[in-house]
Amino acid sequence: MTDIVSPLPGTFYHKPDPNSAPFKSAGDAVAVGDTIGLIEVMKTFIEVKAEAAGTFSDYAAADATPVSAGDVLAKMG
Amino acid sequence: MAIETLFIANRGEIAVRIIRAAQSLGIKTVQAYSEADAEMLAVRLADEAVCVGPAPAAKSYLNISAVVAAAKDAGANAVHPGYGFLAENADFARAVEDAGMIFVGPKPETIERMGDKVAARIAAKEAGVPTVPGSDGRISADEALSVADEIGYPVMIKAAAGGGGRGIRIAQDAAELARLAPQARAEAEAAFGDGGLYLEKVIVNPRHIEVQILGDGTGAAVHCYERECSLQRRRQKVWEEAPAFGLPDATREAMCNAAVALAEAVNYRGAGTIEYLYDAAADEFYFIEMNTRIQVEHPVTEMITGLDLVAIMLRIAGGETLPVTQDQITCTGHAIEVRLNAEDPLMQFLPFPGKVASLSIPEGEGLRFDHFLYEGYQIPPFYDSLLGKMIVHAPTREAAIDLMAETLKDLEIGGLKTTTPLHLALAADPGVRAGDFHTQWLEPWLDAGNLTATDAA
Repeated sequence: MTDIVSPLPGTFYHKPDPNSAPFKSAGDAVAVGDTIGLIEVMKTFIEVKAEAAGTFSDYAAADATPVSAGDVLAKMG
Repeated sequence: MAIETLFIANRGEIAVRIIRAAQSLGIKTVQAYSEADAEMLAVRLADEAVCVGPAPAAKSYLNISAVVAAAKDAGANAVHPGYGFLAENADFARAVEDAGMIFVGPKPETIERMGDKVAARIAAKEAGVPTVPGSDGRISADEALSVADEIGYPVMIKAAAGGGGRGIRIAQDAAELARLAPQARAEAEAAFGDGGLYLEKVIVNPRHIEVQILGDGTGAAVHCYERECSLQRRRQKVWEEAPAFGLPDATREAMCNAAVALAEAVNYRGAGTIEYLYDAAADEFYFIEMNTRIQVEHPVTEMITGLDLVAIMLRIAGGETLPVTQDQITCTGHAIEVRLNAEDPLMQFLPFPGKVASLSIPEGEGLRFDHFLYEGYQIPPFYDSLLGKMIVHAPTREAAIDLMAETLKDLEIGGLKTTTPLHLALAADPGVRAGDFHTQWLEPWLDAGNLTATDAA
């Protein structure tokens, strides 16, 4: 059970763009290096990648909301 | 109608700059801020401050109805848009005027006309300003191929409705253009709801030189000489100078006179900038676009002319005619500005929205630091990374570069990563010293590893 935390403060996004599906849904397999979301920081988009493999449970931070560094973004089962 | 209370619809260093200009004229200031910006310096300096919405710019600084309502409720009779955000949004300018306030800038029609690449190019041509060979109007993806055959490759293609560097594609030959044109059309359609394209010849390795102008809306305009802004990364300027070095006098005069002709032709009101590409080998210049606002790099012009451009904007907006004549505007010495961003240049310019732990700013003859920092200030992550601009003025370009290097070594911004190491490396580079660069120079220079941790130490 590993939480994915935000490396930076910024705005967290579940989707690569507003018209796409979220990067991950509950039950999806997650491999090391998979992108689970984007952090927009100072007009730059940074991919948030999984550092451990597992099964995706849910996003812990809502889409398009401000987050702080260290905030839990997603939970893995 | 003179400005009595000014609403500042912007943030960061330019908000501070506008407040200082307003205060010098005895104008009361009301600062807009988002929920994330309650602690910013401009809020502390202004007479009053009003929250205009949540952190995301789309819900605050870009929210036209919220900004106009806040300005009106605060009793402002004028709104300064700064740069970025709503500064070149004709709908915003119109909404401010419709609410009975002064928009500090050109008329909405001028913003609209000069914001459309095709309309701006036509206006430039009519005023006798040289333009890059290209399509004479908006064209379809199919027409792009025949136009490109006439003017020769390489060509660039972009959305007719778009601004800045967004969506620009370069094709080296017909096959590449045939592949890129439909993509450009689709992107233009998606981004602007308008699939019209614009195509022009690529000037290889040009310099970016721009002329500052001032107009009072009566058809009278003056220039305040030119700026050299060729050092760019990802189409963002990082280091700017005034005047441009190595420019033949006749070329400088032609550039400045053409800028005045265009400003006069559109009855320009306020401060504006005519941007050119300069082909140094051919000694030819071409109009790219007009920016209908104050620019980030305006301080280098202020240093060489002694003018306060922001104060002049406010006076013109308040109904005065041009307060200076062309022969009163002189160019003395050489000025350089560098943009200090909250980014780590040694980590691919990763943004670094940290807290200012300590701040020590060098002061002295020829030095100016436009910024919005104070000790203990937490830089919010929601907006661009510009922290401030170090500006120096010296008798010669060589002396200005030396002064910039000394000043940056003495500047201490604790707790943050900034782009200072980049500027120190540029100041020490023989190519920069020799003025041997162009708009395509900086990125390969970075890719070649010219900026290393050792240099920065």
